[in-house]
Amino acid sequence: MKFKSIVIFGASSAIAQEVARQATSNETHFILVGRDEHKLSVVASDLKSRGAAAIRVVSGDLINFSEIKALVDVLWNDLDYIDFVLIAHGSLPDQVRCETDMDYACSQLEINFISSALIAQLAANRLKLQGSGTLAVISSVAGDRGRQSLYLYGAAKAGLSTFLEGLRHRMYGTGVKVLTIKPGLVDTPMTAHLKKGPLVSSPKVIAHDILKAMVSSKDVVYTPWFWHWIMLIIRSIPRCLFYKTKL
Amino acid sequence: MKELLESWGRLSKTKTETISGMWIQDNFPMMSTSQSLLPYGLGRSYGDSCLNEGNILFNTKKLNHFISFDSSAGSIRCEAGVTFDQILQLIIPHGWFLPTTPGTKYITVGGAIANDVHGKNHHKTGSFGNSVSSFELLRSDGSRFECSRTRNSEWFNATIGGLGLTGIITWVEFKLRKIKSAYIDVVSTKFSGINEFFDLNDDADKQYEHTVAWIDCLAKGPSLGRGIFIAGNHSDKRSLRIHPGAKFSITLDFPNFMLNSLSISSFNFAYYYKQLKKQKSSLSHYNSFFYPLDSLGGWNRIYGSRGFYQYQSVIPMHNGKAATQEMLRLISKSGQASFLAVLKTFGDMPRLGMLSFPRRGVTLALDFPNNGLATQKLFSELDCIVRESGGVLYPAKDARMSALDFTSFYPQYLSFQKYKDPRISSSFWRRVTNI
Repeated sequence: MKFKSIVIFGASSAIAQEVARQATSNETHFILVGRDEHKLSVVASDLKSRGAAAIRVVSGDLINFSEIKALVDVLWNDLDYIDFVLIAHGSLPDQVRCETDMDYACSQLEINFISSALIAQLAANRLKLQGSGTLAVISSVAGDRGRQSLYLYGAAKAGLSTFLEGLRHRMYGTGVKVLTIKPGLVDTPMTAHLKKGPLVSSPKVIAHDILKAMVSSKDVVYTPWFWHWIMLIIRSIPRCLFYKTKL
Repeated sequence: MKELLESWGRLSKTKTETISGMWIQDNFPMMSTSQSLLPYGLGRSYGDSCLNEGNILFNTKKLNHFISFDSSAGSIRCEAGVTFDQILQLIIPHGWFLPTTPGTKYITVGGAIANDVHGKNHHKTGSFGNSVSSFELLRSDGSRFECSRTRNSEWFNATIGGLGLTGIITWVEFKLRKIKSAYIDVVSTKFSGINEFFDLNDDADKQYEHTVAWIDCLAKGPSLGRGIFIAGNHSDKRSLRIHPGAKFSITLDFPNFMLNSLSISSFNFAYYYKQLKKQKSSLSHYNSFFYPLDSLGGWNRIYGSRGFYQYQSVIPMHNGKAATQEMLRLISKSGQASFLAVLKTFGDMPRLGMLSFPRRGVTLALDFPNNGLATQKLFSELDCIVRESGGVLYPAKDARMSALDFTSFYPQYLSFQKYKDPRISSSFWRRVTNI
């Protein structure tokens, strides 16, 4: 399936870049939204070289909530029809710092939950007016169960997944598809400081799964597929055992 | 973070501190003053020229953005970590091919410049550096500048073939070759010895853009020097179809004993006699013509955990025949060679890089399983021939040439020192300059 107009929030993230590359055709119009104009322009010239029809870069602060609505309005003024919105921004916090530095913890909740949820809501409202389109949001397997090593991030992503579940319910029957993406551990700049084991995946694989899910009947996608089974096991470990682990 | 980043020969197994390059506009990485840095692409250099033991490797795999592609003029600009694999996927459907390519597409453009890589069309096009228009260099003093034949030309010449030591190459612009089809018209001709190779080669170099010969280095006596000469031109038949992804990958080491003189000579025998006719014409996709081994990901593991060496020399034309004959005799006598023996003549395109390897002459390249002392002894004998006939060895393939040999093969290294970045070094460089 070819997408003609794609909006990506957090367009310089590794997963978003791969999705954009794989979705590029000579009919694709992109609007790349993010904080850092220089990074966005690197992504834009990459997509242009790969043959994208047109690219617009919109830089904005995605945790400035008074500006978000105006930002989303601008996008729809620019293109009268958008068939694919991807929300891909996020940040992997330092859990230990979140336990004592409240400003830091708050900013991490803002970027990983509030910002993504509010943008998803605004985008869904616009897609509903169109009567069609797909909204894909990158959540995480970390939201499936709270664990000592990453629970602030996990809680933000759990909140996001629940928000999307409700939003999907609201969009039922409107022609708008809401897709929750739950990647496992991905080799990206966000995880560059973490030790990599055999379960780590490349952004390429994640992007491929996202684009496949866009045209499937699925609402929630674990990527790669084996995380569905890993999380099923992790969710079903009794607390008395789970608390003894270092997870 | 420490990672095991290997070179293709897999002789060294030490973990090295690595930093990942993220964005082209980023500054030169911060690091302690006691350590040096070395840009690392896909690690396809065979020896230690892409390693920096005890120091830092700067992984360029995320610097993988295209910057511009002019599909009417055939010119491309991309970040240094972009691979030939990615470039082919983009340019083939538009009717363009790489200006030259080594036997694998899993290399980065940064590495292609650093080693001034060559291919089967050297006699027509020269090495990769000959097709480079410009690139940007990021130095540890924070400066960043464009290099071309007209701007900072001395840096341009030092960086081509400069083994990554002159600075971090951030982007590269180079010219492409127009094609009508993704296929190559190939003619393979069997030859029975070195004399016949040279006769075939003289004719073929005029008629064919791509020429190379495979030699059976285990054949003895009258069969010594037998092989198959492969020549090709870009076809106008069939379509501009891009290559598929790699199907198989070897992820475990083969046992060391798997490759022995019996298994290798059987392979060579079968390869030579697979073609029954003296001459055979065929149509081959670029992927099987240029990259026959790429379909077997991680083929270097068939040499087992002990790793392997590649030995590649180039001998000036006037000594080429005699020296090649003598080298083949020694290799055959030792019984240590493996199936990947390649013979080709380089043309006389201008050599741009101060330390570039390719130059007018006869080049012989082959793999040797690491059999310890016996292998080293053979190399010393081959070194003598290379030295006496005025030849040189290829740093990108090397894991063992002496500092004395390097400095006499590449006397330009003295003037090169001025362009070497003081914060960049490699295991190879420390070894061959004794620093």
